[in-house]
Amino acid sequence: MITSTTAGLVLAGILFTMGLVSMLIRRNLIFMLVSVEVMLNAAGLAFIVAASRWGQPEGQVMFMFILAMAAAEVSVGLALILQLYHQLKTLDSDEASKMNG
Amino acid sequence: MNWMYLVPAMPFLGALLLVLFSKKIGKTGVSLIGCGSVGIAALVTIVAGLQFMNSGLQQFSLPLWNWLSVGNFNIGITLHLDALSLAFTFVITFVGFLIHVYSTGYMAEDPDFARFFASMNLFVGAMLMLVLADNLLLLYFGWEGVGLCSYLLIGFWYKDPANGAAARKAFIVTRVGDTAMAIALFLLVQHTGSLQLTDILAKAPTLWTTGDATVVTIAFLLLGGAVGKSAQLPLQTWLPDAMAGPTPVSALIHAATMVTAGVYLIARSHVLFTMAPAAQATVAIVGAVTLILAGCSAFVQTDIKRVLAYSTISQIGYMFLALGVGAWSAAIFHFITHAFFKALLFLGAGAVIVALHHEQDMFKMGGLRKSLPGVFWIFLIGSASLAAIPFVTAGFYSKDQIVWLAGASAQGGAGYWIVAVMGAFITAMYTTRMMLLVFYGKEKTHVHHRPGLNMMVPLYVLAVCSTLAGFMELPHTLGHVTLLSDFLQPVLPAVVTEHASTALEWGSQGVATLLCLAGIYIVWRVLPIPFPREVKTFLKNGWGFDAAYNLLFVQPYVLLARLNRKDVVDRLYVGLAAITRYFHRMMSATQSGILRWYIMGIVMGAVVILSVIIWRQYTV
Repeated sequence: MITSTTAGLVLAGILFTMGLVSMLIRRNLIFMLVSVEVMLNAAGLAFIVAASRWGQPEGQVMFMFILAMAAAEVSVGLALILQLYHQLKTLDSDEASKMNG
Repeated sequence: MNWMYLVPAMPFLGALLLVLFSKKIGKTGVSLIGCGSVGIAALVTIVAGLQFMNSGLQQFSLPLWNWLSVGNFNIGITLHLDALSLAFTFVITFVGFLIHVYSTGYMAEDPDFARFFASMNLFVGAMLMLVLADNLLLLYFGWEGVGLCSYLLIGFWYKDPANGAAARKAFIVTRVGDTAMAIALFLLVQHTGSLQLTDILAKAPTLWTTGDATVVTIAFLLLGGAVGKSAQLPLQTWLPDAMAGPTPVSALIHAATMVTAGVYLIARSHVLFTMAPAAQATVAIVGAVTLILAGCSAFVQTDIKRVLAYSTISQIGYMFLALGVGAWSAAIFHFITHAFFKALLFLGAGAVIVALHHEQDMFKMGGLRKSLPGVFWIFLIGSASLAAIPFVTAGFYSKDQIVWLAGASAQGGAGYWIVAVMGAFITAMYTTRMMLLVFYGKEKTHVHHRPGLNMMVPLYVLAVCSTLAGFMELPHTLGHVTLLSDFLQPVLPAVVTEHASTALEWGSQGVATLLCLAGIYIVWRVLPIPFPREVKTFLKNGWGFDAAYNLLFVQPYVLLARLNRKDVVDRLYVGLAAITRYFHRMMSATQSGILRWYIMGIVMGAVVILSVIIWRQYTV
């Protein structure tokens, strides 16, 4: 029998996998950043589901953290992407492969 | 006596100043510091020595600071003054000072003037540490220090590869002996728990019985060290080659002081040698054989400095013979007179060499009696002392004492006496030959430079010393003065004579004198002595020791080195490095710079870790 917990976790898993796959197949850095956001929210959803399953508030607290962190991450990430675009005139992540061993 | 520390400290300070400021002070400054430091040391030695003799103390030690202390084992930088070390200190500083003054003339033209004096000062400092050390570790420090300075000064003119080779030979050959000595020190620490000389000498009779295997081993190992440093059989091969250094170096290091360090070591540890009769007998045999072998080699040399080098080996052989028969103070007496007359001879030879524009071949000299009269008289005094001309020379009294005691002491015997007398005969012969070749006959090279006052004054002083020093100690038959042996009495026991009588002593002196005069007469009449050429070459090359060592040690070593050219042991480490580098290349290939590959890597890693965790969850 499918409980709401199982459904929530499956949804979180599907979201996470979608984010991961799009991260791997996309080459545009903006899209990769969006994929990261999707994965973060998938993890956040898993926290919420788990918190409601155990009746504990900590899961929601963790989600707050994730939101704050995601905001910081997006601002830093966008700034980096902007700089990268200035330097290389492209947003293709495969083109930005100067730092190879 | 509390400022006795100045004695070794001044030369060390001088060396330091010369190394640091040689560029700024000019040649006069270098001469002043170089000679001044040793001169002050000599003055302090004389004052401290007088105080010591007046104080009536038997020994005086001056702790400066603690070197190392591990549990009960303490090694201090402590100076130890007693009669024996005072005698050595006096000779080192006094003769050292004269040789330094002489060097200001001899080395005047040399561009490396400052380096020379820095090394010489360092040598004097190290030598003083050697004789003033109160423990064997500090003595070993001085021992290696003088070895280092000897190396530096033999190779002083390093631009000629032969000089560098001679320096390395001296260093490596003496190292063989030093290794034996180091093992002796380890054994002493193991058995007595101390390296303090007074401790060891006091404890030894309580720890071992006479002839105990341990004490015999230690004595033999110490003898090994002494033999290496003092150029005795079988490690004598380095000294003739060491003549590659400047002549004052040969006078100071390879005649007067450093090469007698072995004599000092054996005299210092005489208790151990008395308890090991086998080792002591070996000392006597080594000395006896060396004095004959080296004397014969000295007779056929053509280089004036090599004659003196072989003569030094031979005279140290006398000292070893004296030590071996228990005539401790006779060995020290001969050390003192030998230091004076051999330094005199070397410096005189240096004056001749400079006068003839660095010509050392005696067959190209000749007739210098007229052109260099001052040097001639001085050389004559030195040679007379070396040849032991009776009554007027120091060498006569010291050598006569050894000859007599070689036969008369309890450990001596007729065999030793015959060898010693034969040695006196050979000494007279080669000395006369040297005098005749250098100063008589036709003049073959023109004298172009006369030694200055700073070279002649030290020669005069040494000439006086090599005559007067003999009167410290006169035999029973001729006045019976025993100043030196009385002075050394607290440190070195008196010799035990067995079959002694006045008649025998007269006989011994008579035979020695007769043989000495006969040697001079024979050479005077029949020079050049007809020798088969093969014998001559054999003797000239030092009885083939060099060739034998070359065949036995050097060649196999070179062969091994050549076989191992690719370095078998190193292969392992080279292989390790190659494997590491291979893996490094593989790993660095993964760093492609493509972001999605890295993400892929992280994902795969996470998958693997999660799989493992889940798999363990379900299997446990």
